[in-house]
Amino acid sequence: MINFLKFRPVYFLISLLVIGFGLFSIIRWGYKYSIDFVGGTSLEYQLNKKIQEQAVRNIFSGNKIEVVGLTIKNNILTVRTKTIDENREQVLKKDLEKKFNMKIKTLKSETVGPTLGRETMIKTMIASIIAIIGIMIYMNIAFKSLHFALSAILAMIHDFLVVVGSYSLLSHFFGAEVDTMFVTAVLTTMSFSVHDTIVIFDKIREYKSFGERIDIEEGANKAITETMVRSLNNSMTIIFMLLALTLLGGNMIRFFVVTLLIGTVTGTYSSPFVATPILVWLEKKSRKQ
Amino acid sequence: MNKIKLLTFLLFFLLILWIDLPENFTIKIPYGKKQFVYTVNPLKINFQMGELKIVREFKTKLGLDLQGGSHLLFEADISKVKQDDLTDSLNSARNIIERRVNFFGVSEPVVQTVKSGNIYRISVDLPGIQNVDEAIKLIGRTAQLTFKEIGSSEVTVATDSPLFLRVNKQTGLTGKHIKKASTTFDPQTGQPQVSLNFNDEGAKLFSVITARNVTKPVGIFIDEIPISIPTVQQPITDGNAVITGNFTVDEAKKLAIAINSGALPLPVKLVEQRSIGPTLGEVEVRKSVYAGAIGLFMVLLFMVLYYGRLGMISSIALIIYGLITLAIFRSIPVVLTLPGIAGFILSIGMAVDSNILIFERIKEEMRRGKDMDIAIKLGFGRAIDAIKDANITTLLVAFILFNPLNWEFLPQFGLVRGFALTLAIGVATSLFTGIVITKRLIEVFYKQK
Repeated sequence: MINFLKFRPVYFLISLLVIGFGLFSIIRWGYKYSIDFVGGTSLEYQLNKKIQEQAVRNIFSGNKIEVVGLTIKNNILTVRTKTIDENREQVLKKDLEKKFNMKIKTLKSETVGPTLGRETMIKTMIASIIAIIGIMIYMNIAFKSLHFALSAILAMIHDFLVVVGSYSLLSHFFGAEVDTMFVTAVLTTMSFSVHDTIVIFDKIREYKSFGERIDIEEGANKAITETMVRSLNNSMTIIFMLLALTLLGGNMIRFFVVTLLIGTVTGTYSSPFVATPILVWLEKKSRKQ
Repeated sequence: MNKIKLLTFLLFFLLILWIDLPENFTIKIPYGKKQFVYTVNPLKINFQMGELKIVREFKTKLGLDLQGGSHLLFEADISKVKQDDLTDSLNSARNIIERRVNFFGVSEPVVQTVKSGNIYRISVDLPGIQNVDEAIKLIGRTAQLTFKEIGSSEVTVATDSPLFLRVNKQTGLTGKHIKKASTTFDPQTGQPQVSLNFNDEGAKLFSVITARNVTKPVGIFIDEIPISIPTVQQPITDGNAVITGNFTVDEAKKLAIAINSGALPLPVKLVEQRSIGPTLGEVEVRKSVYAGAIGLFMVLLFMVLYYGRLGMISSIALIIYGLITLAIFRSIPVVLTLPGIAGFILSIGMAVDSNILIFERIKEEMRRGKDMDIAIKLGFGRAIDAIKDANITTLLVAFILFNPLNWEFLPQFGLVRGFALTLAIGVATSLFTGIVITKRLIEVFYKQK
């Protein structure tokens, strides 16, 4: 048995640093939002030759279309603009084709009104809160103690903060956008987090049921030690999968997969090093009384 | 007894494989100098017994983000509709849009009404459609019912050309002059017919038109398609008319609905439009499947290297797991979107986890000096608790996100629900394979030793 819990201050410091840095980034830089959340038009055109970015921009301003962002990479033109309708897009496309004398293929064209994203976000949040209550009730029954449920939920909130914070960094430095895929990744992280925590808690529950002979701290240490191999192996397999998807998968899902990767790492980390110390603390506190 | 069990298992497995077969997959078997070429397809059920008819195809359905196509979301303006008529108008607007979309020749469009607070929306998914502007125009179109009479310029169209070509002059009477259309029955013959009830302006127009066309045909057109071209017997002044024809009751009903719905009962505004070209989705799918396969291979390799024989067994169990899940996706069928695939990957991760949990428990029991047989039994029993609790909480989350009762305060849009659905199916299947199949496999392989 390794006395993992001895290093509680270290775990606390690590979590504090990671979350603190993330929160700093959220306050300092915020996020880049996709049109899912703020509305607007997003276009992706396949070009068949190299063209000058400035010339493209001129065509947009000639059409009185306000450009939010514009890149040309590998002959793919990606543009974000204020909301324009289908007709104006057609005119724009024709203008581009005429000016550069080429055929343009539309890869993607999306227009979203601004209210929808907020609505999806609010609804997802309500769903998450209901899910949290559901988890609390279930764990309360399965583990016959509110402490287990509470610690698992706190660890989940920890993971939520880590993912949300690091995404702000990804957003600032690599241009990742907050979109529905990001919401999905956050949800995935949250359910994985609880899933992972329960495995360790199951062990602690087992030791607890042996009676009072074992101190809760000792039981928790034993449980962490015994599940460590499993935790590492398990994250390893998920990380293999996600690494393959990050390196070889399509562009559309890159940031999504990176977010899942962060979520998996923090989800695995938080079970022994956040949820378990909180549980031990709660149990000890209630025993003293 | 065991043979029967094994046989059932094999049959089940073959059925799964059959459902999972790739489409139009060609097998070439060289035999001496000849070569036999077979093309296989996934299972197709075309079954008829008396009244019962089952036609079912098992194919992977891809969402708009993977297959390409357009998603349109309209917001209904309900300010001019009475509260009581709201549901009716919305449903009829939905039906009209669906009909127009079908007219456009889209395969498997999905048209739904979505309520959210005081906002009513109609979402339209058009797989494979590229020129959205045409679709948008088609959906937003109004008043397509027209009445026509024989044009005066008989020069351009010969008198012996079909009737509907000769009836080509607009009378100015259109669908907006109709108060109501309903199905009635001819009191003499009992034949179903469609009764039209004009508004005041329409009644006046109709009486003028019929007065000048006595003994001549007047055509009723919907979307420029001739529906009925009756010959006027006498001027009609009371603002009522009937359309007769060789209708069945069903046809008459449809026609009445069609006329009633000439215009959308409430104005709609386009608030969201997404179209994805087929190439983008195709590239994404190909890359992701390739990456997923490599990732899975690495996972299996890791399991075999670390757990040896047990790892081998769990690799087999995992492959069976993947095949069963795919078969379920194809049977329901589940529309696969990018978030849906994410849910599936997460569930694979959880399935691997179940296996690792079981193995670690077995190893633990063996370290305590138990026999392999007993260690397997005990290990399974102990691991099941953790697997059960962990998976049930995940199922719970998936269930709430999927929002099966379509509550308006929970997510109603496709992406989050697609994720929740594949996650739920994946986790439920992994509970089954993790417990039943892995255990069976271990028993089979270890007892032979």
